[in-house]
Amino acid sequence: MPKELWKGNEAIAEASVRAGLEAYFGYPITPQTEVLEYLSRRMPELGRAFVQAESELGAINMVYGAACTGVRVMSSSSSPGMSLMMEGVSYIAGTEVPAVLVNVMRGGPGLGNIAPAQADYNQAVHGGGHGDYQPIVLAPASVQEAIDLMGLSFDLAEKYRSICMVILDGCVGQMMEPAQMPEMKPIKRANWDWATDGKMGKRERRILSSIYLDPIEEEKMNLRVLKRWKTIEANEVRYKEYFLDDAEFVIIGFGTAGRVALSAVREARAEGIKVGLLRPITVSPFPFEVIDQLTARVDAFLVTEMNSGQMLEDVRLAVKGRVPVEFYGRMGGVVPFPDEILNEIHRMAKVKLSVDIHPRDAWLERMTHA
Amino acid sequence: MLKENLVYDRPEGFTDTPTHYCPGCTHGVAHRLVAEVLEEMGVIDRTIGVAPVGCSVFAYNYFDTDFVEAPHGRAPAMATGVKRVMPDRIVFTYQGDGDLASIGMGEIVHAAARGENITVIFINNANFGMTGGQMAPTTLPGMKTSSSVNGRDVETQGYPIRVSEMLSTLDGVGYCVRRSLHDPKNIRLAKKAIRMAFEVQARGLGFSVVELLSTCPTNWGMTPVNSLKFVEEHMMPAYPLGDFKVSDAIKQIKI
Repeated sequence: MPKELWKGNEAIAEASVRAGLEAYFGYPITPQTEVLEYLSRRMPELGRAFVQAESELGAINMVYGAACTGVRVMSSSSSPGMSLMMEGVSYIAGTEVPAVLVNVMRGGPGLGNIAPAQADYNQAVHGGGHGDYQPIVLAPASVQEAIDLMGLSFDLAEKYRSICMVILDGCVGQMMEPAQMPEMKPIKRANWDWATDGKMGKRERRILSSIYLDPIEEEKMNLRVLKRWKTIEANEVRYKEYFLDDAEFVIIGFGTAGRVALSAVREARAEGIKVGLLRPITVSPFPFEVIDQLTARVDAFLVTEMNSGQMLEDVRLAVKGRVPVEFYGRMGGVVPFPDEILNEIHRMAKVKLSVDIHPRDAWLERMTHA
Repeated sequence: MLKENLVYDRPEGFTDTPTHYCPGCTHGVAHRLVAEVLEEMGVIDRTIGVAPVGCSVFAYNYFDTDFVEAPHGRAPAMATGVKRVMPDRIVFTYQGDGDLASIGMGEIVHAAARGENITVIFINNANFGMTGGQMAPTTLPGMKTSSSVNGRDVETQGYPIRVSEMLSTLDGVGYCVRRSLHDPKNIRLAKKAIRMAFEVQARGLGFSVVELLSTCPTNWGMTPVNSLKFVEEHMMPAYPLGDFKVSDAIKQIKI
């Protein structure tokens, strides 16, 4: 396939179609709406299911129903809409059926705005719905990566009977880039041993439910899902490294924040500063191990995010206070410029860094006294 | 030798499981009617049920079909998801009035408006049964419940919602009727309506819903017999039985 100019949201939609998406249920919300619009044409043209739901609540429960039959199904939304979907997310997790969800994140909380943000990291990674569950969360930084990760997200969701969320900020959703689409995959309905697709004279009836009225049985379910999560943690961590071999300073950022940081890293390298970048692709499972290993050989980390330092806490868990962790964030829909991150790199190379102050506090002090 | 002649048995649509319903509750009757209809139509094998949250949350234990269990009020959305990817299956929801008429009002109205080709069995017993008899949107004015202890005061707690009348105004609805389960004659009529609703779906004629006036002796604080009388004397005047919408195509169906 040749490279074509694709808008992020439309690319996600087409990549999902080519990965065998059989049903899409969604609701309009900026900056995600192009996924819905694109699929409203594309799905019926292929004889596949498309419904514009009455709300995100409706959409996620349609996803839930279709997921129970074992087909590839997804929805997409943006931050306020994802909050509404959290009820269904918890039920889907509790029923152990695969589903793919895309969150094109915008500024918040509340109605916020429609500019790109990463403030739903905690909601996605640490569970926005009730109860014990952990979804797989992928964070692309370019249109091409979003295309590639959509295919992966369906595979992972099915492999682990799990929710797989793809979180991207409005930048990736809205921008156009040259990208290559995969070949169209034919729809293959797997013969799952759990799907409620009708007995059809072949088997005993099946029930799919998130109810475990007996606490002992619920705990068994919790343990089963947790064990599955441990397998996911052991096998599915993905990240990208840039200039890490001889790095003294390492920036950690996901999605657009990571991509902007890469520009700053390149500039700093040109100046002779030994700085590298670690960009998590799976923010859940989180690349704790690689950060742990890096801690043994680098002078300090800089976490950059488009939020108040949500992933920062996971990085700090990995670093365990052994070396300084600095933070630079922009919030509310503001996207950092490479210059801002370059300034942080300069500051880190110049001043003596401390492990004694919380990086968020120090950043807040710099932000509000600048 | 005594000759035994079996005249009453479990329908094939049922599993061999005793229900958890209170004595005198008409959920059991409604369940049986659905099971009989599924058996008579020969569709048990290709039916997928959607259970609600409420007293009938465990409906999935009693029907010998595939079943999924929806979040509170979301059964019509979940059924939409199932039916859209499995259009040749028979998909039905079984919902109470708290589930359908309170928290799930959005989902039911829009599934009906879209003309989703599903069947909805709607149990109206004028209260939230499972949580212990609180006021529902269907609670009658003046009716005492555990959250309207002095009787439903319409000034502060509003008026009952007549779901069938409301849904029948939507173009996507093919079949919308109200029946009652308070005596044998009405139970037979209810079964006929349930059969018709499933026939509508089997023929792809749009959204079908049967509202069933039901009893809740435990939470009403009445004997089963008095509960049946209450349905006849108090519920039926507020919720008149009738065919609120039967599309022309459906009028041609002979069963």
